[in-house]
Amino acid sequence: MASQKCKGARDLLPKDTEAFRYLEDIFRRTCLGWGYQEVRTPTLEYLHLFTAAGTLTPDMLSKVYSFLDWDGWSGERVVLRPDVTIPVARLYIENLSQQEIARLFYVTNVFAFEETGKENRERWQCGVELIGSDKPASDVELILLAMETLRSLNVGDIQIQLSHAGVLKALLKELKLEADKEMRLLDQVFDGNWQALTETKPSNSDIGRLISLLLDLRGKSSGFLENLKALPQIPVAVKPALDNFSEIASFLDALSCNYQIDITSTRGFEYYTGVCFQFSVKGEKIGSGGRYDNLIPLIGGKNTPACGFALYADHVIDLIQAQDKRKTEPGILVRCAKMTPDSIRTSFQLAQSLRQAGYAAELDFNGRQANRHWIISIQEKPPSFLVINQARNQKKEASSIAEAIKMIGGSA
Amino acid sequence: MTTGGQSDYVRIALPKGSLLSATACLLKETELEFNDYVQSTRAYRLESTRLPYLSAKIFQEKDIPIQVAIGNYDLGICSLDWIEELSAKYPSSALLKIADLEYAKGNLYLAASRYGNISSLQELSTGQNSWRIVTEYPNLAETMALNLRLRKFRIFPVWGAAEVYPPENADLALLWAKGESEIKAQGLIPLKAVLASNAFLIANQESWQTKNVSQLIAYFSQRLEMKVKPWLRIKSGMAKSSNSFRPDFSEDKVWLALPDGHQQSPTSEFLNKAGLKLQGYSEGKLSRRPRFNLDWINAKVIRPQDMPLQVANANFDLAITGKDWLLDHLCRFPSSPVTELADLGFGQVKIVAVVSQALPMANIEQLKQVQDSKMPPLRVASEYINIADKYLRDNHVSRYKLIPTWGASEAFLPEDADLLIENTQTGKTLAKHNLKIMDTIYQSTACLIGNKNSLESSSKKGRITSLVKIFRRAVESN
Repeated sequence: MASQKCKGARDLLPKDTEAFRYLEDIFRRTCLGWGYQEVRTPTLEYLHLFTAAGTLTPDMLSKVYSFLDWDGWSGERVVLRPDVTIPVARLYIENLSQQEIARLFYVTNVFAFEETGKENRERWQCGVELIGSDKPASDVELILLAMETLRSLNVGDIQIQLSHAGVLKALLKELKLEADKEMRLLDQVFDGNWQALTETKPSNSDIGRLISLLLDLRGKSSGFLENLKALPQIPVAVKPALDNFSEIASFLDALSCNYQIDITSTRGFEYYTGVCFQFSVKGEKIGSGGRYDNLIPLIGGKNTPACGFALYADHVIDLIQAQDKRKTEPGILVRCAKMTPDSIRTSFQLAQSLRQAGYAAELDFNGRQANRHWIISIQEKPPSFLVINQARNQKKEASSIAEAIKMIGGSA
Repeated sequence: MTTGGQSDYVRIALPKGSLLSATACLLKETELEFNDYVQSTRAYRLESTRLPYLSAKIFQEKDIPIQVAIGNYDLGICSLDWIEELSAKYPSSALLKIADLEYAKGNLYLAASRYGNISSLQELSTGQNSWRIVTEYPNLAETMALNLRLRKFRIFPVWGAAEVYPPENADLALLWAKGESEIKAQGLIPLKAVLASNAFLIANQESWQTKNVSQLIAYFSQRLEMKVKPWLRIKSGMAKSSNSFRPDFSEDKVWLALPDGHQQSPTSEFLNKAGLKLQGYSEGKLSRRPRFNLDWINAKVIRPQDMPLQVANANFDLAITGKDWLLDHLCRFPSSPVTELADLGFGQVKIVAVVSQALPMANIEQLKQVQDSKMPPLRVASEYINIADKYLRDNHVSRYKLIPTWGASEAFLPEDADLLIENTQTGKTLAKHNLKIMDTIYQSTACLIGNKNSLESSSKKGRITSLVKIFRRAVESN
């Protein structure tokens, strides 16, 4: 029979869900350990939350699932959330804005159309937002929190790439383009087309040289940024962003946290204003984040600095080693062949006692073959229980629930 | 598979309406002439005069890209705006643009009213306004609004007459015109030419990859390379009535929408009986803004299909439309504030479920029984897309595809749809096309509709109520 699953959708089977829960558990534990609190936002949001300039690029907007709700006669469209940072910013504005600092995290799905249907159209993210702090140390906090999570997950060698949207935007301003051209160029760059930037051929050749120095080279310490700052042709307007970038890099140096400075690694979101970072393993991108100081005022909140990141759960899961995945131990099988009220009652009572003793107990009324370490059979006549150790091919009889549980090594 | 030189059987979808004359002229010149492909035709299925392997069907222009994309037709002729309207929403549609046919040149314009408060694009991206955009091209309008980075916008899809809404009942219109002068003649300012459009020959991708249609394409190519192109001289499109008026923003006037098309003449008659005199709504000379003898009523003539949505959004206070269109609106938006205020009695039609006479099924139950998971989904064509959807859901038809149509739906059966949800007065047209009525879904008449909320709270409450009374009195005296 042909599959009836939607194109671009994914089923999580028990083994996938185990891996997912393993990731989620470690992520949650790490976040709670750093003082973050978990939130959930609705799957549906109004489209206009995402349309304002400075939020999503037009390319991302052209892939949102938007539609009219059953009461949408006003033409107000709703979307399946294409991004979580914006909804969390909305949640903060509406509920938590009296808090000076909000440390929030979430595990949630986002939706974006993907034409071939071969990639997932629904993707899962483990994300963190730190709202209310403009300190470079806060950007560093997020990078370290993400790294701690990824290290605990044992996903292999993690590369960090750093970029800075503030440096990029300030440089773009130096090209002195008309406002809409500048916006379009920024969109192209955020959609990954860096070629567009070198093709603008600025009239000021100093800027041109600076752009190619930034685009073509990869730095490995804050020294790289200090070198750039020392160049004679650096425009005054670019300096503050470079200072900020360099400060963050020097903190990471002090923490012996390796990274690569690659200005072209920024992707996807117009709302970034400061440092941007992404994490990858063997060239595959598994998470990204950055600073977005203008987003909250843009969607109607007070001036509030913020930064955040998200790990791409679907990619991270593929990297988790089999031996690390959380294994659900197969339970003890409680087998009952006779369908009499007495045997049924005894079966459920035994299963309950096993659970109370810390075991998983699975009931079997179908007499099927099962590959289990322990099987306890309910017998019609006393002694009431037959305890089977399949691994050792041993059978013993027990006359009470307590005795049966004792035989498998626990106490009721 | 075909060997060289032989042609596969080919089906082409040809446009009705404004493109018909020029298209017919081009086909005649290219030796691809069809009998009965003339403005006055009542036929839908056409045979080629010369080529036995070629047949055609006539569609509303808007239906053609959809019909070709889903593979019901190998080739089609329609203008680029409708092709792009489909691709804007469904970028992976299996459509190929084969040849630019050069006629019916025009543009899609984003326009505002000359009498409104918008005069340039820049004004749209500032401020907190939620712009109301009316258009026959909702998908292109959404793409455009997103690209223009409009912060807030609401798109009102309409079946027609988009030019008449601004400035009082909408801020912007996205509409087709030959040139800027035509836009200006309607009291509008063109803010941006969004898309240059003219007629195109299109092909279904699958057909293009598997069939040999080279001979037909060669006919077109030869003609398109000629210097003399008589089809370019044929005037296309109907001139839209020029629209000189003074806009009326006064808050206390009652906005009434009156129908064009079939319902115009009985509505005019009814208004006469009700003692409401108005200028510019008689058969001969239609003004889109007729004037009432009562100066507290402002009227506009729009499509009856569009009225419930307009009333729901309080762009109009009252409207004369059909119960069928009210029902279709309420099937889509069950909690809409639109309500029927008076049954006007005229314009009786039945909404019916129709199948081909060749099918043995007598009702929807029997139709459902022959359906199983191995069969392709039931293809359902309808102008009443929401009534059709609800009817199929309520009857637990498990797998179906809705094909929206814009009139002349009876032409779809049996080749291009299995079931039709359509209106009929007598059933004669259906019988003539070898169709049979399987179920009667709804009895419709013309009605007066209004908005529950504005009836309760509006400052115009008193005036609306008295106008409703005039209508009800006229119904009772009939």
